[in-house]
Amino acid sequence: MSVAENQAAAGRGSARAVSILSSLGRFLVIAVTTYLGLLAVTFFIGRVIPIDPVLAVLGDRAPTAVVERTRREMGLDLPLIEQFYIYVKSALSGDFGTSVLTTNPVMSDIRRVFPATIELATLGTIIGAVFGVPLGVLAAVRRGSFIDQIARVIGLIGYSVPIFWLGLLGLVLFYAKLQWVAFPARLDVVYEYTFTPITGFYLLDAAMQGQWDVFYDAYRHIILPASLLGYFALAYISRMTRSFMLNEMAQEYIVAARAKGLSETRIIWGHALRNAAVPMVTVIALSYASLLEGSVLTETVFSWPGIGLYITNSLTNADMNAVLGGTIIIGSVFIGINLLSDLLYRLLDPRTKAG
Amino acid sequence: MTASDAGSLSRREWLLSERPASRMQARLGRAYVAWRRFTANRLAVVGLLIILGLVVVAALAGMLAPYSPTVGDLKNARLLAPSAAHWFGTDDLGRDIYSRIVYGSRWTLYVVILVAIIAAPIGLLVGTVAGYAGGWTDAILMRITDIFLAFPKLVLALAFVAALGPGIENAVLAIAITSWPPYARIARAETLTVRNSDYIKAVQLMGASPFRIVLRHIMPLCISSLIIRVTLDMAGIILTAAGLGFLGLGAQPPLPEWGAMIASGRRFILDQWWVAGAPGAAILIVSLGFNLLGDGLRDALDPRSGDQ
Amino acid sequence: MSGNPDKQTKGALLEVDDLRVTFPTRTGLVQAVRGVSFSLGRERLGIVGESGSGKSQTGRAIMGLTSPQAQVSAKKLSFDGIDLLSAPPRERRALRGNRIAMILQDPKYSLDPVMTIGRQIVETLRTHEKVSKAEARERALEMLRAVQIRDPARVFDLHPHEVSGGMGQRAMIAMMLIAGPELMIADEPTSALDVTVQLDVLNILDKLVAERGMGLIFISHDLRLVSSFCDRVVVMYAGKVVEQLKASELRDARHPYTRGLLNCMPRIGFERHPLPVLDRKPEWAA
Ligand SMILES: Nc1ncnc2c1ncn2[C@@H]1O[C@H](COP(=O)(O)OP(=O)(O)OP(=O)(O)O)[C@@H](O)[C@H]1O
Ligand SMILES: [Mg+2]
Repeated sequence: MSVAENQAAAGRGSARAVSILSSLGRFLVIAVTTYLGLLAVTFFIGRVIPIDPVLAVLGDRAPTAVVERTRREMGLDLPLIEQFYIYVKSALSGDFGTSVLTTNPVMSDIRRVFPATIELATLGTIIGAVFGVPLGVLAAVRRGSFIDQIARVIGLIGYSVPIFWLGLLGLVLFYAKLQWVAFPARLDVVYEYTFTPITGFYLLDAAMQGQWDVFYDAYRHIILPASLLGYFALAYISRMTRSFMLNEMAQEYIVAARAKGLSETRIIWGHALRNAAVPMVTVIALSYASLLEGSVLTETVFSWPGIGLYITNSLTNADMNAVLGGTIIIGSVFIGINLLSDLLYRLLDPRTKAG
Repeated sequence: MTASDAGSLSRREWLLSERPASRMQARLGRAYVAWRRFTANRLAVVGLLIILGLVVVAALAGMLAPYSPTVGDLKNARLLAPSAAHWFGTDDLGRDIYSRIVYGSRWTLYVVILVAIIAAPIGLLVGTVAGYAGGWTDAILMRITDIFLAFPKLVLALAFVAALGPGIENAVLAIAITSWPPYARIARAETLTVRNSDYIKAVQLMGASPFRIVLRHIMPLCISSLIIRVTLDMAGIILTAAGLGFLGLGAQPPLPEWGAMIASGRRFILDQWWVAGAPGAAILIVSLGFNLLGDGLRDALDPRSGDQ
Repeated sequence: MSGNPDKQTKGALLEVDDLRVTFPTRTGLVQAVRGVSFSLGRERLGIVGESGSGKSQTGRAIMGLTSPQAQVSAKKLSFDGIDLLSAPPRERRALRGNRIAMILQDPKYSLDPVMTIGRQIVETLRTHEKVSKAEARERALEMLRAVQIRDPARVFDLHPHEVSGGMGQRAMIAMMLIAGPELMIADEPTSALDVTVQLDVLNILDKLVAERGMGLIFISHDLRLVSSFCDRVVVMYAGKVVEQLKASELRDARHPYTRGLLNCMPRIGFERHPLPVLDRKPEWAA
């Protein structure tokens, strides 16, 4: 939470002095070093920690010939720094080795499963923002009121509850008892064979092809996990919105707006929120990134065939290439969103446009 | 105010005195004010009670738990619903869930304390050194911190444990490795605010070595904000540890770790919901306790940010 | 202009009698304003007093901008015959910016940072009058010209951070004057500005007030400024009015606090050692 606050504060403070060009340069340096850092850590995890990285990659059931070939392929006879250079080069070209479990290149596996995760996290963020922003605004302007208490409880529970446990309870209630939602999967088996996705986002694909029965089925599968992620996004977004709004509502320009005779509605949504919206972009982006990460647990609970489930399945099979490939991909997207939100912040705040 | 005066005053007035006679009195007075602000916040007190409760339960687990946490009655007591004999029912191995939860509190504390002991000093060291040294040291250390800050924590912890091998010690290590960066940021910010103060200048003039200044004069100033942040992070640590346990990467059976208990109850969730229900509720309550306590501490010790 | 300057009423424009503003705080009630009374026609009234004496709170109470947790009471608080305290919030809001306006101290903080200056001015106008967008723009530009901004069309599209403090304060004045208020409360409108710019802004304000026949409440620390700029002066201390007098009679001020304020002002050509210290006696606040 305070990461966003820090970034928001830092963005505001340094904004004025930094021209777009030099901030773009800084942005590139940060992007490159962060990405290299990520690769260094995964390299460390994959090559340095394990006693025999080959076994870690292949599992201990691999025949000796394969082990020997892989050892050479991985360049394990080279000095560490050279190994890292090769590692970075192949990672940049999207080569994370092959998965023991699926026998496919890890990258092609991830390409297949990633849309499912994106679809889930996107819907979750939309739910979180659509409900979280107004809730945070109301909590701030009616501070101490009933709605503020509600927002606070929602936030506290969101920060305290294990997501996988809440998901299991959700399944018991909405799937088993009420039968409002479908069983854990992405589509009913019937449709798995009749439906050909185009983009990999099933809701979108079904709508584009006019297959409304598929759309409804996809909806019944996605709505519970998406609401669950949405709840976590909401807890975070509403809390941050409230804090930003309280900050804005205490500013002098709000007094001036009142002195102009504006209605309270206009002051809140037209002035305070517009100002809070600038740091809110960062918050929503960060919550999107954290939902991508949270997908690891959620997808496991809901058998959602995304990258999270891919990683956990690979984990249980000691398939290190797949685990690290997935980690790098989630990490890259996470870092990318982080950086982009920072950039977006600079673009949105008129104060940073002046040289 | 003289000492004899103080005797005639009530203890409260002595504590709140505007002209404390000694450093001790001033310090106690400040602590008293903070304590009053803290206890005025009812939710914070609830949080404190929850955490105290956790500590007591962990300490007295042997007395509070009626059954063994690891050995169950496989023949007669499998998957029993909650009853007077088994308050929270029994699991698939016939173990009393209540007893397992009571013992599980130890593992929760174990994780939380170990992570704090590992991560907080790392962050403190990195932050104070970066802030005090400035220049290139600062730039490089903070770049590393920011890199770690930009990582997805859970996924990275996952990968770490995958490489280190499952187990609660490795889970602790993995969580600690991913959770120090915010502490470094905080410690650096605090260091920067005092680095150029007259107080530190005076100490420098007296010829203290940088090492000594950082250790003796700067680090203590960072402690209170660090404690607040660590307390606020506790819930996250518990949730991450439980998540790792749930994925089978943390505590291994038969350890009664709450996350792992949820994982083993998952198979029966539709019919015997209590097997997974009870440990999850325990996690929720303890995390809630830490969150309430952290919020309360922040508001009491750091009035600047009282509006969150 | 909507506020008709010819409609000069015989009675006072603003009457304040025994105005009190009380804040509940952790340590008990804080009385920021404790029985302030004065009345105002279409003239310029200065309110002076040291920091914390309740000047701003008096101004805000008249505007109806006191923070909601505070308690405002008065025997009489009426503007042009309207009882402000019993007026419904909607009616008070309709007065604000329209018939009573307020200029705040620091343009850097009092203008919305993410909205262009032009839009902020137009917003005041369109809140109170039904005018087309194009006409509102025209009138805003005209107003910007009236506060002596040279290139109004350019400034119209600028954000507040892109203009200097002096220009920001002029924009603020334009924003508050555009609906043609009859009473203007200026709360230290120039304290945040450079000395050279201060005079410019004051001159503009002075001219506009004179041209439009507005009532003005000018809040300031600076007794000399107030005495040269206003017709009458109210001196406040600890939430109370300790003395009220014509600006021209300031030299004859009787109250020791006012005399203290006068003595504290540096005068060129006089050597002053030691520097005078403002005297404060609790009984003045009683
Ligand atoms: N929200 C509040 N809560 C409690 N007391 C307040 C609050 N706002 C103002 N006050 C009190 O009201 C008193 C008068 O404040 P006011 O802002 O009117 O002073 P002022 O004369 O305008 O001073 P300055 O010249 O510094 O602007 C102050 O002493 C302050 O303590
Ligand atoms: Mg004031």
